[in-house]
Amino acid sequence: MVVILDYGIGNVYSIYNMLKKIGVEAEVSSDAGKVKRAAKIILPGVGHFSYCMQQLKKASFFYELEEKILGNKTPVLGVCVGCQMLMERSEEGNEKGLGWIKGEVIRFKENELVPGQKIPHMGWSDVQPATGCNLYRDIENPRFYFVHSYHLSCTDASEVTATCLYGYPFPASVATDNIMGVQFHPEKSHRFGMKLYENFARLY
Amino acid sequence: MKRIRVIPVLLLKGDGLVKSVAFKNHKYVGDPINAVKIFNEKEVDELSLIDITASREGRKPNMKKIREIASEAFMPVSYGGGITQVDEVQEILFAGIEKVIVNKSAVQNPNLISDIAEKFGSQSIMVSIDVKKNIWGKYRVYTDGATKDTGLHPVQFAKDCVQKGAGEILLTSIVHDGTYKGFDLEITHAVASAISVPLVACGGAGSLTDFFNAVKEGNASAVAAGSMFVFQRPHNAVLISYPSQEALIRQLYSTL
Repeated sequence: MVVILDYGIGNVYSIYNMLKKIGVEAEVSSDAGKVKRAAKIILPGVGHFSYCMQQLKKASFFYELEEKILGNKTPVLGVCVGCQMLMERSEEGNEKGLGWIKGEVIRFKENELVPGQKIPHMGWSDVQPATGCNLYRDIENPRFYFVHSYHLSCTDASEVTATCLYGYPFPASVATDNIMGVQFHPEKSHRFGMKLYENFARLY
Repeated sequence: MKRIRVIPVLLLKGDGLVKSVAFKNHKYVGDPINAVKIFNEKEVDELSLIDITASREGRKPNMKKIREIASEAFMPVSYGGGITQVDEVQEILFAGIEKVIVNKSAVQNPNLISDIAEKFGSQSIMVSIDVKKNIWGKYRVYTDGATKDTGLHPVQFAKDCVQKGAGEILLTSIVHDGTYKGFDLEITHAVASAISVPLVACGGAGSLTDFFNAVKEGNASAVAAGSMFVFQRPHNAVLISYPSQEALIRQLYSTL
């Protein structure tokens, strides 16, 4: 069972809808017991980094979550701000991140964008996966829907599993062991997102 | 290669979809769920769904319909129509809709924009602005299905909305709507150049060349169209269509 974490932050049902569509058993839950029994976990997030972190830390399952991810090494996929929260800190607010992946979250560098490119980066972009990343297996010419004003900046470049170009290259996804994150929204990215979620559900 | 968003706009009236010319003469084009399923298959970039009679009839958003549509849509969807309160926004976003669109409410209660932006982030709030020239030839913002001149100037109004927290502006030319004669590039350029957030140009699209012009000459970040995606010319028979990925790459993205 894939558990989609519900901690009072936005649009979790679009992820659920897509998993249902591709036949992956999933549940939206805020229950610590269910988190404990989850085979896989999806950590969604949208909006303000610090607000998301505060809400996540307040969730009744927060202790079990850390235990599951760091102790049991249960696969987790952070989506959008859920991906950003995997990092140590963000320029968006003062709240610390989970720190499961080394590095930080920074605002798009306006002076390095092409004239006419605006912040947020909103829309479809092609991504270049690193070789061998199973999340992108069998996805030809992957493109995904992005909405974000901040992006990851990883300490260890080998943890970047795909890059995307917006003015300059930035990490589109990251991974270390069982911990994965994607900056884009697979649940809004048609067959590309369906395949990515299917890969997450079946290959990890 | 620069990808820009190409967004079909679906107008909801009652339970069905309609399409207008210059905001009038609404013609029935089909069932919304069916249309969304077709647009899924065509892998559209994004969809905008606007309930065009909700505000005028003083109705709240039709949550049942919105939920039904959201559960079938595997692309970003924005919804507008009848939104006057933050609570409604929460319900809509939690149903699986990406962003909400406000039009008349942005004029009547600009603080709603900041309330939504503060709670859900600027990326969740799009302000739709309908424009045409008044009888003195000045561009003005209209509401109530293009029947009411608010006296507001679109450039200043768009700037005010962005300052309040709008994450995007959907600018529609009332006179160009449904005509296939291309976007109103003059007002598109004036508004897009004055704001720091993406402008979605709408009204008048008939071809990929029109999209190119909206970006190149109008400074738009994205383009939207209705008739072009629901009708087949010359007789405007109902036929849902969307350019193929190959056509978009060859004729639009790679030329930008």
